[in-house]
Amino acid sequence: MHTVFPVEAGNFTKAGNVSSDVKRMLKQLGVPHKTVKRIVVALFEAEVNVIAHSWGGQVEITVDPKQVLVRVVDTGPGIPDLDLAMTEGFSTASEEVREMGYGAGMGLPNIRNNADELKIETGANSHTDIHMTFYIDEE
Amino acid sequence: MMKLSDIVKAIDGEVLCCEDQLDMEVRFGFSSDLMSDVLTLRDDDILLITGLANIQSIRTAELSDINAIVLVRNKVATDQMIDMAADAGIVLITTKYSMFKTSGLLYAAGLSPIY
Repeated sequence: MHTVFPVEAGNFTKAGNVSSDVKRMLKQLGVPHKTVKRIVVALFEAEVNVIAHSWGGQVEITVDPKQVLVRVVDTGPGIPDLDLAMTEGFSTASEEVREMGYGAGMGLPNIRNNADELKIETGANSHTDIHMTFYIDEE
Repeated sequence: MMKLSDIVKAIDGEVLCCEDQLDMEVRFGFSSDLMSDVLTLRDDDILLITGLANIQSIRTAELSDINAIVLVRNKVATDQMIDMAADAGIVLITTKYSMFKTSGLLYAAGLSPIY
């Protein structure tokens, strides 16, 4: 099963809408609770990043019996120094993002902690393409 | 584990949403205005204690499987927050006490810390 959800840049009032829809979809498909939580938290972090930093993007979810693939791809400035961005506490978030309770520089590290596999591809003033794989845990 | 109805009593709280779920129990308390921190929690049965009165606190709770939130220091919940909490089935409580006092009272009453 493959589903695509668009994510609008800059629209913080909608932050989490896609993650919430995906959560509902995964629960309906019978994906176990603990796996759903890992997916949804990682996806939400990535969704907020797209809204906060990019020029717009989309989320693609592919569900099969053994794993869930989450791809979050945007056009935008890209991540200039990926190693630095993966460091807890490093943030380039705006004041607006911080006032909402985010932007503490924990997003990408938290994605890494929740995903079973993570691949990030990014180009300056071009795009960021995040591939996450989640194995479906037996509960 | 602590019943939400007992939590409301302990902090002199007012329930803004989902009063029918006050029999629900929580094991842990987590006090933070930083939703980035909340998103790192792996445990279940958490009560979120926060001064962040915007829709992001509700959204973060929903996506982290947190079913109860206490808004401290008389923070006003908007209608949008209450609607979103109702949709997600999240119990929303307000208290006039500070985050420090709220946390202290609930710790003393038996709510466990996560770290």
